[in-house]
Amino acid sequence: MAGGDDIRRSNRRLTLRLAAAAVAMFGFGYLLVPFYYLMCEVIGIGGRTADAVAAAPLRVDAGRTVTVELTGSVNQDAPWEFHPKDVKLQVQPGRLYTATFVARNLSDQPLTGQAIPSVAPGTSARYLKKTDCFCFRSQAFAPAETRELTVQFYLDPALPRHVDRLTLSYTLFLQPAVQG
Amino acid sequence: MSATTHAHDHSHDHDHGPPKGLMRWVTTTNHKDIGTLYLLFALVMLFVGGGMALVIRAELFEPGIQFVNPDFFNQMTTIHALIMVFGMIMPAFAGFANWMIPMMIGSPDMALPRLNNWSFWLLPFAGTMLLATIFMPGGGPAAGWTLYPPLSLQGGNSFPFTIFSIHLLGVSSIMASINIIVTIMNMRAPGMTLMKMPLFVWTWLITAYLLIGAMPVLAGGVTMLLTDQFFGTSFFLAAGGGDPVLFQHIFWFFGHPEVYIIILPAFGIISQIIPTFSRKPLFGYDSMVYATASIGFLSYIVWAHHMFTVGMPLAGEMFFMLSTMLIAIPTGVKIFNWLSTMWQGSLTFETPMLFAVGFLFMFSIGGFTGLMMAVAPVDFQYHDTYFIVAHFHYVLVPGALFAALGGAYYWLPKWTGHMYDETLGKWHFWLSTIFVNLLFFPQHFLGLAGMPRRIPDYATQFADWNMWSSIGGFGFGLSQLLFVWVVIKCARGGARATDKVWDQPNGLEWTVPSPAPYHTFERAPEVR
Repeated sequence: MAGGDDIRRSNRRLTLRLAAAAVAMFGFGYLLVPFYYLMCEVIGIGGRTADAVAAAPLRVDAGRTVTVELTGSVNQDAPWEFHPKDVKLQVQPGRLYTATFVARNLSDQPLTGQAIPSVAPGTSARYLKKTDCFCFRSQAFAPAETRELTVQFYLDPALPRHVDRLTLSYTLFLQPAVQG
Repeated sequence: MSATTHAHDHSHDHDHGPPKGLMRWVTTTNHKDIGTLYLLFALVMLFVGGGMALVIRAELFEPGIQFVNPDFFNQMTTIHALIMVFGMIMPAFAGFANWMIPMMIGSPDMALPRLNNWSFWLLPFAGTMLLATIFMPGGGPAAGWTLYPPLSLQGGNSFPFTIFSIHLLGVSSIMASINIIVTIMNMRAPGMTLMKMPLFVWTWLITAYLLIGAMPVLAGGVTMLLTDQFFGTSFFLAAGGGDPVLFQHIFWFFGHPEVYIIILPAFGIISQIIPTFSRKPLFGYDSMVYATASIGFLSYIVWAHHMFTVGMPLAGEMFFMLSTMLIAIPTGVKIFNWLSTMWQGSLTFETPMLFAVGFLFMFSIGGFTGLMMAVAPVDFQYHDTYFIVAHFHYVLVPGALFAALGGAYYWLPKWTGHMYDETLGKWHFWLSTIFVNLLFFPQHFLGLAGMPRRIPDYATQFADWNMWSSIGGFGFGLSQLLFVWVVIKCARGGARATDKVWDQPNGLEWTVPSPAPYHTFERAPEVR
């Protein structure tokens, strides 16, 4: 057929372009990961709290009290007992508080756990600032060890007025044994 | 499959024909052979996936646990969906594409024949690997076809096999798409401009682009699952700082275009059938092309309507709700164009037309329930109930599958050179239509009454409609055996088909002899 070589060349060019597009879309799938976290941060959803902040000297809103409820749970069948010492705190925005959780290793093995925080309602997560938290590090437990874990936080006075109650929850995950 | 290949060997006995024997099918680069292989593979998978559906319906015939344990039930729902989506309906439409696109655009073959062979032959291996998981210790994947973590990561040995088979199925469909695009862009006969192409070719062109855009994203998502499980990453593991909801976004970024990947070729087939039996050209050809393209574009920006209950800011719910409802506009354009094509046409109702009209009516039912669920506040009630099961089965079974069956009847005479048995074809249509409605319509009621999906047992107030639904399921499954018989009978013999086959068909495929010779359009046809 006349022009057969031309067709073959343009077939080849288009094939390579489309294959490149497929590879690029594979990469795009991975690009969705940072994009997802960026969107969560911008919109302020997902219930994630930010990393440690320095305790900024803040105006304390003494005229307002917000109830912060604390819950602790254990992922799947991880062998811990884990609960907050006090289930409720009355908090004035801008003031620094310390909440204490108690964890007990129920097994006779050394365990390492990682606590993952979540705040409800999720849109308030960005107003809960932590200056220090046991969730910033993984926690190693000796067999049958009981230990207190603390989190220091304050509420940003910019917290919308209609929010008078938030829940700060931690789930303790068993950290998989690090493979050598 | 070998039993059916013999039937086909006979129908291709002529000069310059294909080589004989089994190796012909393994090494073939002929678009018609590969099309046949795709279609036969899809037919086999229809019965494999259908058998699993019948296990599900048998278990749901009565409340309580009768036949299978709940874990096996979950495996059935998961593998049924994976097989039907990736192993049955997509290969079926790829079969139509292989057979018909070169003949419709006046090209001698697909642009990349060897790649074509490879695309097909990945499928049996991927399918076998997926099905083999059922026999592994711990059984097959049981977390639903959406593979949501963390549940999917808690599967047994089947997990990596499932992921790899999805990779293979994805590679296969991406290669097929590349081939289809290159064929359509470069291999058209002189004078076959883009806006003269039959609509089936158009819908496949857009489908192929959707596949290239969506399939690799799924491949990426399942690869993340794989590395989370075996290589210590934490994309979706909360313990390592990941987020399982992220997977849902990635999955549905693929999953929603996938919906249109399945239905657009069906739209294409319907757009070929209805004008032929209305004896009128397709009404609003240009608007059909633009509507298809708009659906393709919109499919990429609506994914989170599958996730209304997961948690989203109000603005997000609004955006995904409204953009989803927007899809009803181009879809409505298509439905009304088909109706207008039939309007004042000299209609006859041979089997392909029956399936097309059935498609029109029942796909619209599925479309309307889709519109209901697009409304975010009411979706909270419908989510994960049998209402959604009824919805997507209405668009997939009397929607996509009916279009594929109608297309098979429409082109069978061209493929085999014989007319199929019209009486049996009509029986097949009416039995399928009655039973498919008996099967899926009651599921709307069950869903609205609150029956959750993917559960092997149910509260006793759901018993009656489940019983009817199961009867419909078995009736529908058995009716499809009639189709197999019609196909075998047609391949073996029957009244000789003329070249045109139908009264006034439109398109280049009707200018070649019936059965279509092994090589067609080696010299490009004249297109005016």
